[in-house]
Amino acid sequence: MNLHNFLYGVYPYIALSVFLLGSWLRFDREQYTWKSDSSQLLSKANMRLGSNLFHVGIIAIFFGHAVGLLTPHSWFQALGVSDMAHQMVAIWAGSIFGIMCLIGGTILWVRRMFNARVSAASRGSDKFILTWLLITLLLGLSTIPVSIGHANHNNPGVMIALAEWVQSIIYLRPNPALLESVDTIFKVHLFFGMTVFLVFPFTRMVHVWSAPFGYVGRPYQVVRSKRFR
Amino acid sequence: MKVRAQFAFVFNLDKCIGCHTCSVTCKNVWTNRKGMEYAWFNNVESKPGIGYPKQWENQEVWKGGWELKNGKLELKSGSRTSKLLNIFANPDMPEIDDYYEPFTYNYAHLQNAPLSEATPTARPISQITGESMEKIKWGPNWEDDLAGEFHKRSKDKNLDNIQKEMYGQFENTFHMYLPRICNHCLNASCVAACPSGSIYKREEDGIVLVDQDKCRGWRMCVSSCPYKKVFYNWESGKAEKCIGCYPRVESGMPTVCSESCVGRIRYNGIMLYDADRIEELASIENEQDLYEAQCNIFLDPNDPKVIAAARLEGINEDWLDAARNSPIWKMAMDWKIAFPMHPEFRTLPMVWYVPPLSPVQSQIDQGNLPVGPDGAIPVAGTMRLPVQYLANLLTAGKTEPVESALNRLIAMRSYQRSVHVEGKADTRALEAAGITEAQAIEMYRYLAIANYEDRFVIPTGHTEETLDDAFGFQGQNGFSFGNDSSHGVSKITLFPRRRKETVEPKELAPTRDNQ
Repeated sequence: MNLHNFLYGVYPYIALSVFLLGSWLRFDREQYTWKSDSSQLLSKANMRLGSNLFHVGIIAIFFGHAVGLLTPHSWFQALGVSDMAHQMVAIWAGSIFGIMCLIGGTILWVRRMFNARVSAASRGSDKFILTWLLITLLLGLSTIPVSIGHANHNNPGVMIALAEWVQSIIYLRPNPALLESVDTIFKVHLFFGMTVFLVFPFTRMVHVWSAPFGYVGRPYQVVRSKRFR
Repeated sequence: MKVRAQFAFVFNLDKCIGCHTCSVTCKNVWTNRKGMEYAWFNNVESKPGIGYPKQWENQEVWKGGWELKNGKLELKSGSRTSKLLNIFANPDMPEIDDYYEPFTYNYAHLQNAPLSEATPTARPISQITGESMEKIKWGPNWEDDLAGEFHKRSKDKNLDNIQKEMYGQFENTFHMYLPRICNHCLNASCVAACPSGSIYKREEDGIVLVDQDKCRGWRMCVSSCPYKKVFYNWESGKAEKCIGCYPRVESGMPTVCSESCVGRIRYNGIMLYDADRIEELASIENEQDLYEAQCNIFLDPNDPKVIAAARLEGINEDWLDAARNSPIWKMAMDWKIAFPMHPEFRTLPMVWYVPPLSPVQSQIDQGNLPVGPDGAIPVAGTMRLPVQYLANLLTAGKTEPVESALNRLIAMRSYQRSVHVEGKADTRALEAAGITEAQAIEMYRYLAIANYEDRFVIPTGHTEETLDDAFGFQGQNGFSFGNDSSHGVSKITLFPRRRKETVEPKELAPTRDNQ
């Protein structure tokens, strides 16, 4: 097995397994560590701008990837979405939300590294994950000029290959060969992205699982009884 | 009618001497670890002043508590949806400097410093960064005993509708202490604001707690509590608040702050209330009626109907006994001398306050104060502390109830003076203030003598009823069958481990051997 086959045929499964099992284990055993770990108390300056841009950007990017890569090619065709339209939407949405995320992320990164209070209260994993996310983001943004190049030549092949590779992983029919003709920058971005899933359970990222949508339908007052019922 | 019991407090401000024993004992027990150095579940403020954190009473700044929107009760900080939209950065969140940057001192330097002309000093060190601090600019009690310029202290929200300039003059200045803890509100806004649903009110005693396992650190409770008594632990990333010393209270002991109060100003007891009427009474239109509204939510523990309904809810007989002997009921309902703090926040707080009288003897001696029929005790409305100020603090600005309470306190003194000085009971002042001789005698026992057993009427928590097998539970709190105290055996840990060490000065004091 060569490195390519390992990285794009085996590594995704390692990353996803650790992501799911690690999250489950930590949720089960380490509830007290399960938190957003906000540092807003220590420094409020630029938090509203930075944190909102970063979070809105990254959530949009996540769902953009999910829809764009997981939807079967035939469904897009059945919906009348041409490959080139798909690619242009991906380029535009990726650019807009990517730049939002980059601006916000940079504000947060500068704060995390150089604000004396925030930096002192940070754990190594906090600094690592933010830096890693930003590198992944920058790699993702660097794929956009390449994608524009493909679009100018009316060539959706790379995009389709990437989506089919992702689907091959999900359907447990890993096919790393699909990525052989893809530009290197995509492959590096993929490695960094998969690693985010790998380290996810061991960082503050776990708060993503706990997005509190249930709050919308909850009565305001919460009363608990100690009585055995 | 849904009867619930509430563990409640009264603080008698007339006797608070501002010694901070309550704060220090509380801090030593509950908030002395990493991430909580800045937090005081109990603090004592000098009033007038902007308090801790800065301007906490000004809800235009912090958006704490509730307000009426089109006649309906809504969190002042916004609806549930707006909470979720603001979850990435809470716009109303206080910053550490609004409390103060926690600090210690480099004491070892006093012993380690080389011989020098000038006396060595112990410089302050930030307990967040561990670095030296150039200057300490704010602390947990910066305005102690009216410290600082009047124009800064006079930003106190309670002075808003008072012509305050005259109180800046030395001759007219006034001062009182305000000890504060979590109010364990009946309509708590911290509970309502928690997106994870981790904050809850206990059905049995009404103590409000944060489930530390369920808290995700969205920090909406911090800004939504109008009293700013929920704190964010920046080390653990969880919200922490006054726990009403529930492990003590469950075994029938008063809270640490109450037990250690040297002035005996704190009373702990049970109040019965109608949980079905919370929303209705917190939504009363005129905020000056909220104090009376809260009185109306309480249920008379001597009323047979209330007793029957309470038994149906499973409230124990000794809790009903405690409710009948409750010092809180006596002061809040029987004598009407205690008031909730800032009822206009609409949270129905359960720490009530007896307003303070003012030290007046020399003013009376000089003939500067109008006095009552006994010629010795001043008339309430003329005392040094403006009644309007107390009313702004306790009754949303309505002066009549506060003035009536002050009159009753004065009448009680006047009556006792007649008994002990004249040797003959003079009840004229009591009649004018609307209390009976028997009430005045009981008030004297509770307020002046303040016996331990009168101050603290606390039934135990009945663990035997909350466990399916109380005998089986016996002996289970020492060694356990789980990994409760284990964080694994390797130095490297997968999930974040707690950093226990607080910031201490880097320089160590010399030991005896190397001196």
